[in-house]
Amino acid sequence: MEKQHSYSQVKGVSTGTTILAVKFNGGVIIGSDSRASMGESYVSSKTINKLIQVHDRIFCCIAGSLADAQAVTKMAKFQLSFHSIQMESPPLVKAAASIMRELCYSNKEELQAGFITAGWDRKKGPQIYVVSLGGMLLSQPFTIGGSGSTYIYGYVDAKFKPDMSLEEAKQFSINALALAMGRDNVSGGVVHLVVITEPGVKHIVVPGDKLPKFHDE
Amino acid sequence: MALSCVLEPALSGFNFENSTRNIVLENGSEEGKIKAPKPMKTGTTIAGVVYKDGVVLGADTRATSDEVVADKMCAKIHYIAPNIYCCGAGTAADTEKTTEMLSSNLTIFSMNSGRNPRVVMAVNILQDMLFRYRGMIGAHLILGGVDCTGSHLYTVGPYGSMDKVPYLAMGSGNLPAMGILEDRFKANMDLEEAKSLVSDAIHAGIMSDLGSGNNIDLCVITKEGVDYIRPHKESPFNYKRQAKYKYKPGTTPVLTKTVTQVELELLDETVQMMETAGSS
Repeated sequence: MEKQHSYSQVKGVSTGTTILAVKFNGGVIIGSDSRASMGESYVSSKTINKLIQVHDRIFCCIAGSLADAQAVTKMAKFQLSFHSIQMESPPLVKAAASIMRELCYSNKEELQAGFITAGWDRKKGPQIYVVSLGGMLLSQPFTIGGSGSTYIYGYVDAKFKPDMSLEEAKQFSINALALAMGRDNVSGGVVHLVVITEPGVKHIVVPGDKLPKFHDE
Repeated sequence: MALSCVLEPALSGFNFENSTRNIVLENGSEEGKIKAPKPMKTGTTIAGVVYKDGVVLGADTRATSDEVVADKMCAKIHYIAPNIYCCGAGTAADTEKTTEMLSSNLTIFSMNSGRNPRVVMAVNILQDMLFRYRGMIGAHLILGGVDCTGSHLYTVGPYGSMDKVPYLAMGSGNLPAMGILEDRFKANMDLEEAKSLVSDAIHAGIMSDLGSGNNIDLCVITKEGVDYIRPHKESPFNYKRQAKYKYKPGTTPVLTKTVTQVELELLDETVQMMETAGSS
């Protein structure tokens, strides 16, 4: 995952952030913090939503310029919905990721936003795709992104196991996000998690005071 | 979009033509660099709060032009639809024109579809338009309204970012105003509490920010209707002019008077017949 250096140059509201996605046995968990900043010192929102639903079982997490990310996901939502109507079936996660990649790559000079697209489809089950700043598309079993991700590469590399259960995966995500939010000044607020499985989608919010503490005296 | 955008047909995809032109202009021609014009800011405090029965919006009424107060009774709460109003901070002209354009589009939409517009529709149209202009339109807006889905308060930034919030303050006086809102906001307040909270937040902005001042306007939007209170609180520092600035005719003595006749020559005469409907 590329490091995104340009947060000080993002114009307007930026989501200096921590986002992650993890595949587990039967589904995918996608998670983020909830802080949006402007410049280096003002928190413009403590409760911004960075987990955007682009289709019934497909979500995108956003990082980078909030305006660019919201515009791209809006466009992707529209195109995906149109595609799904034409095909008369729910879209593949790969299709959603492709649409995001197309938008990011063709407009790479103007846009400053990166995404993690994750979801469930009937063909390949749970999947995670990363669309980075310049428009690279990669499929991974778990991934982290945003400015806060640099502080947790070690943790996720050490603690990730393939085929975790839902509870293990949830704990893994919450711990990773709490550690990143504890060290990165532009990540913070509450932890938002979305669990995507075949039967449905569940949104879990963990408020700041209920997060696990790691030597936080 | 077909129903509402008569003034501005939506282009498909992103259109970044103007950003390349802007870069070329800024990097200069042979004569020297052309500086992008500095937008004039209103220096403002605006705030909005969602309460039990609807939304309360508030704004100060000062418009500044550098150090001079250009307008002491400027209206910063703009009409969008009968159930939607918008406070604007940033460049005065941009907020005015953006909200006017939005209001026209929504009126056309209402007439075409027979439906009342929803607040989220107004937000989407604003977001699309401001994103297209890449932050060149300096409009920081707080949109509030009540529709069939409930009471909503949204903020839209000049780059096209939006956020749905229960309370917010924007403008140069937003930091002191946010302090008041963060301290005293509660969910489901009643009307008097909400009005006094917004009014106090604007007042904090007026006291702590040089660019905000004069009176406080409030706008209360509920399912039943809108109460636009202008002004809600007048500045206690209203200055009464000490003398009259109108002079009686004859105050300035006339010393001499010369009359010069100008000779005009008729060169050409044409007659054009106008099509008129038959008149009685």
